Amino acid sequence: MKMTKLAATLAATMVVAGPTLADTLHFPSLSYRTGPFAAGGIPFADGYSDYLTLINERDGGIGGVPIRQTECETAYNTERGVECYQSIRNDNPLVLQPLSTGITYQLIPRTMEDGIPMHTMGYGRTSAVNGEVFNWTFNYPANYWDGASVIINYLLDENDGSLEGKKIALLYHNSAYGREPIPTLTRLGETHGYELVTIGVDSPGQEQGSQWLQIRRERPDYVVMWGWGVMNPTAIQEAANIRFPMENFIGVWWSGSQQDVRPVGSGAHGYKALAMHGTGMDYPIYDDMQQYVIDAGKYAGTGDEVGTVLYSRGMYAAMLAVEAAKKAQEIHGVAAITPAMMRDGMANLEITEELMAELGLPNFGPAFSVACENHGGSGAAMIQQWDAEAGEWNLITDWIEPDRDLIMEMAMDDSLAYAAENDITPACLN
Amino acid sequence: MLYREAGDYKTSYVADSQTFPIKFDRYGYYILLGFAFLVMPLIINDYWANSIVVPFLIYAIAALGLNILIGYCGQLSLGTGGFMAVGAYASYKMMTAFPDLNIIFVIIIAGMVTACVGVLFGLPSLRIKGFYLAVATLAAQFFLIWLFTRTAWFYNYSPTGMISAPTREIFGVPVTGPRASAVSMYMICLCFLVASAWLARNLTRGSLGRTWMAIRDMDIAAEIIGVNPLIAKLTAFAVSSFLVGISGALLFTVYLGAAEAGEAFGIDKSFLVLFMVIIGGLGSIFGAFAGAAFLIVGPVLLKLLLVNSLGWPTDLAAHLEIMIVGALIIVFLIVEPHGIAALWRTIKEKLRLWPFPY
Repeated sequence: MKMTKLAATLAATMVVAGPTLADTLHFPSLSYRTGPFAAGGIPFADGYSDYLTLINERDGGIGGVPIRQTECETAYNTERGVECYQSIRNDNPLVLQPLSTGITYQLIPRTMEDGIPMHTMGYGRTSAVNGEVFNWTFNYPANYWDGASVIINYLLDENDGSLEGKKIALLYHNSAYGREPIPTLTRLGETHGYELVTIGVDSPGQEQGSQWLQIRRERPDYVVMWGWGVMNPTAIQEAANIRFPMENFIGVWWSGSQQDVRPVGSGAHGYKALAMHGTGMDYPIYDDMQQYVIDAGKYAGTGDEVGTVLYSRGMYAAMLAVEAAKKAQEIHGVAAITPAMMRDGMANLEITEELMAELGLPNFGPAFSVACENHGGSGAAMIQQWDAEAGEWNLITDWIEPDRDLIMEMAMDDSLAYAAENDITPACLN
Repeated sequence: MLYREAGDYKTSYVADSQTFPIKFDRYGYYILLGFAFLVMPLIINDYWANSIVVPFLIYAIAALGLNILIGYCGQLSLGTGGFMAVGAYASYKMMTAFPDLNIIFVIIIAGMVTACVGVLFGLPSLRIKGFYLAVATLAAQFFLIWLFTRTAWFYNYSPTGMISAPTREIFGVPVTGPRASAVSMYMICLCFLVASAWLARNLTRGSLGRTWMAIRDMDIAAEIIGVNPLIAKLTAFAVSSFLVGISGALLFTVYLGAAEAGEAFGIDKSFLVLFMVIIGGLGSIFGAFAGAAFLIVGPVLLKLLLVNSLGWPTDLAAHLEIMIVGALIIVFLIVEPHGIAALWRTIKEKLRLWPFPY
């Protein structure tokens, strides 16, 4: 009897799989709230979901059409990511944000074929900035190569314009994600004369004894980290253990959240990381957020991540998605937009400082515009530093511009190689 | 009652030694094959093919391969993930180096390359046994993944170390890459699975399979009666790795489309396939299918039930899924230590007498 009930429910599941509701805007979230990377996945997913909830509750959706959210658990695992993609692809997903470089690589060809836009904000395939090859993939406002270049530009600034004879170690997550910055750092090393030492950490990164032994032996002037998940606090702890000067230890924006530094306590004081957007609750939007989402009990998850770095990032990603949807509605004059219209909205997105202020997020992110030839936005980022006593991240620089000419040149080579491999004729869609 | 042998006379040795000697089984098998080849392609939808059926078919090949090594030859191996990676990277190198080579040959050659690598890592099995061999094959797992992540030649010097499968066609129908339809992916995996199962079944019941089983049951006795342990063990490693390599190649080219060694073929893959073999039943072809179905289809169905039907939060469902599958594994091993295949055998015995128990 029990079995028949179970079988009946399963059978019902098969029939129901894939309902389409045309009068809503479907924003799926490929999140990971389990597995070794959950510490980063949870706040991002919460922020993404809360902002969309806010738009629904406060504005009644985008252009009067309510947002429909779905969530699929990937556990940062590429196989589950593919399963999630298959389960939503026929459900008119407006934009995919997998928050995993590995899953991004898998979905790029599929989304191109299916005509579904994908936004990989600050991760994914860097050469997707060339929108003539990657028509459906966007990585504004900044990508890994921008991040690497911003770090080098910051260090140049610190060292009076010359890194000649310096030694920089790159501690990276040994996956597609962590390997992304290596070509840029190598190229920039040729220009600026520093020596690059690359040290890989195998996923998930709890074991870093030998890597830090190597860092001790090599005595680098700076350590740059491309880490994620449990790798970050472990690395910061190891650095504190060998008394590596924390102000010379700089992480990418995925290695600079509260979860990464808090476990190390006072040892993490002075650790720096890139910031692609502002952090904290000092933005007017949080008044609305409090009123419509948090006090109303409509928050995602447990609601204790509000205002953290990765929560802000999830919120920023949702904000950019909503603005792109508005742009799409404006271009096509239709409220119930399709994924293809959404793509046009993303390809013509323009974020100005006035717009950010109007949304209640003044100076939160850079002003940038997207075009077919440039899906990557401005690429600028700030540097933030951890204050262990106060328990907060402080921005210590203004927006730092990357070496965009070099990055565009490298991205062009890489994307054209991809186009040749996959028989794509580079062209703009609109 | 259902499994009636009465009136089912065999008049030749060939008839007596066929795979399915009982008529009911045989017709069931024909109907299943007919259903898989003729009906499934018409009714399967994209989601079912891509999320459930194709991974099941691919992992069933891997489980078949590992079952030959562990179940039939008694050599414990934890290197399955590494061997799958060999198959995947071999197929990637073949696809990019010879773009005109038919994908079927690419996958078969990838299997052969894996067989060679498997024999190489099988050499220690001549000196060490049991848990010690498991450790040696574990070394193979870590070494192979290390090799594929550190040697740029294997991923054609791509900056990220990811390999991605270009589109390849059979008779003008794309079977790999983003343009491949669900049906074409299903069909190529099905063909490879049926061929692998046929190969495995016929090898294991022939003289080669008997030497494997002799080694498994007692290697010294086997040596005394004239079984060459060198040949028996190394052929088991070769055939097993061949099938595992094919499954790795299919997983990368057909299913994933893009992969990186550490993430897609890590140690958890080795354990996944090992659990399939143990839960399905050691030394049984049917067991490989049952184990793969249990561990691949089970979690997805559970997810569909909890998230899509009952509307539970995804993280709760994911945690519950791990707990339920874990509990089911324990329950299965307590209730039927010899796996689902043994359960099936018991059911068959009972059905043979049903409805008259004596």
